[in-house]
Amino acid sequence: MIAPGEASHNDVILATEHLSRVVGGVTLVNDVSVEIHTRELVAVVGPSGSGKSSFLRLLNRLDEPTSGTVTFEGLDYRLIPPRELRRKIGMVTQRAYLFPGSVADNISFGPRQRGEEMPPDEIDGLLVHVGLPGFSDRNVANLSGGEAQRVSLARALANSPTVLLLDEPTSALDQEAKIGIESLIEKIVQQSQLTCVLVTHDFEQASRVADRVMVFQAGRVLRVGSATEVLHA
Amino acid sequence: MLNMFFRGPLQLGIAQAAVTALAAMIVVLLARSRNIHLESDLALALLRGAVQIVAVGSILGILLRSPRWTGGLLLAAMILAAGTISRRRAKGLPAAFEISTYAIACGAGSVIAVMTLLGVIDTAITSLIPIGSMLIANAMNTNGLTLNRFRADVIAHTGEIETALALGAAPKQSVAPYSEASFEASLIPAIDSLRSLGIVWIPGVMAGMLLSGASPFYAAIYQFVVVAMIFTASGLTSLVSTLLIQTHAFTPAEQLVIRPGLAIQ
Repeated sequence: MIAPGEASHNDVILATEHLSRVVGGVTLVNDVSVEIHTRELVAVVGPSGSGKSSFLRLLNRLDEPTSGTVTFEGLDYRLIPPRELRRKIGMVTQRAYLFPGSVADNISFGPRQRGEEMPPDEIDGLLVHVGLPGFSDRNVANLSGGEAQRVSLARALANSPTVLLLDEPTSALDQEAKIGIESLIEKIVQQSQLTCVLVTHDFEQASRVADRVMVFQAGRVLRVGSATEVLHA
Repeated sequence: MLNMFFRGPLQLGIAQAAVTALAAMIVVLLARSRNIHLESDLALALLRGAVQIVAVGSILGILLRSPRWTGGLLLAAMILAAGTISRRRAKGLPAAFEISTYAIACGAGSVIAVMTLLGVIDTAITSLIPIGSMLIANAMNTNGLTLNRFRADVIAHTGEIETALALGAAPKQSVAPYSEASFEASLIPAIDSLRSLGIVWIPGVMAGMLLSGASPFYAAIYQFVVVAMIFTASGLTSLVSTLLIQTHAFTPAEQLVIRPGLAIQ
């Protein structure tokens, strides 16, 4: 992680410009312009329905902005083929949504989409990284919630993304699993030098892990700053 | 026995219809004795059914005297009608009418065309229209089942599909398990028809041919031919339908448009 305010404008990896999304007359995201810097962990917090997840889905273009755009590595992301963009901007959701089969099948899913076979030692290495050594041949049907979420993280990391979007990754887990995943995320961001955008409704979690916090309300960014500045404002 | 009293085909037909309607009414009376009231429903259904079938018979009577090329026009109109009806089963799916019409035209239309060229289906309207309509009707049902199942599966597995997209999967790859399942499920009736042919049911074509005095052996063979054509037309329809819906289920930016609670864009 980097210290708040350490990042300069030159290392902006992801930026939104007047980003909005309106569906059926309802504004989900309203004119959001923010910058996210390389190797930064930004937490997006706010009450339910404030537009946090809708904002996150716009960042990897799972949804289309109604107006405004996103620049990724200085390029308007509409100029990047969607599959290439999504490989570089990985995503982990609240539920793991593992595909039927083994843990190894799931982890190698991303590389397989572009015709690359992942060597077993690479899969094992990723599993060690997420704290599941020896889980390669396990059937995903037999995993606990916390284990499934770790596999989901490893699966996203198998694409070697530069940005990782995390949508409430711990909200469906019990306290023990939640703390485990939280420290895993911190470790991965540090070791893999990833940029990370974490959506959470848990202000304490945001203050524990994030370099910067964005507070969302009614689809707008209300405040941005360090956790101390924003959460105690 | 009726033919002892009614000599002309029209009088005989009316008498036969009256006898069968009377039999249906007896069932209604039996139901009434158990406090189940079907009188008004049956009266309306009998009247509606009789009017519809007489109208169709009259139109067929005119068409049978028409030149052979009108058969093609009539089949094209049937395909359009089938596309419209099938669309209702795919409510909420993008381009449902276009997908249904193309799929039925490719599935049933191509089988009718090829089999007519090969001489399996006679070009006479008396053969082309009944056989063609059977293929179109079955293709329509298959298409409806395909789209209905696909929509239900996609809505139930939005999370899995979007996870696959987020991992860099191609749209077709992300919905492949659900398009395969809808293809398989839609062909169950056609496969069961082939499997049970002659054991569980002796279908209409064979019954009609036997009634009109055809050799039972030829009638049986031709019934197999018809059921095999139905399977081919249904399979092709479902294949085209799943291919097309896979494309229409996503935006050009590879975003899923069939989502629970989301307006189709």
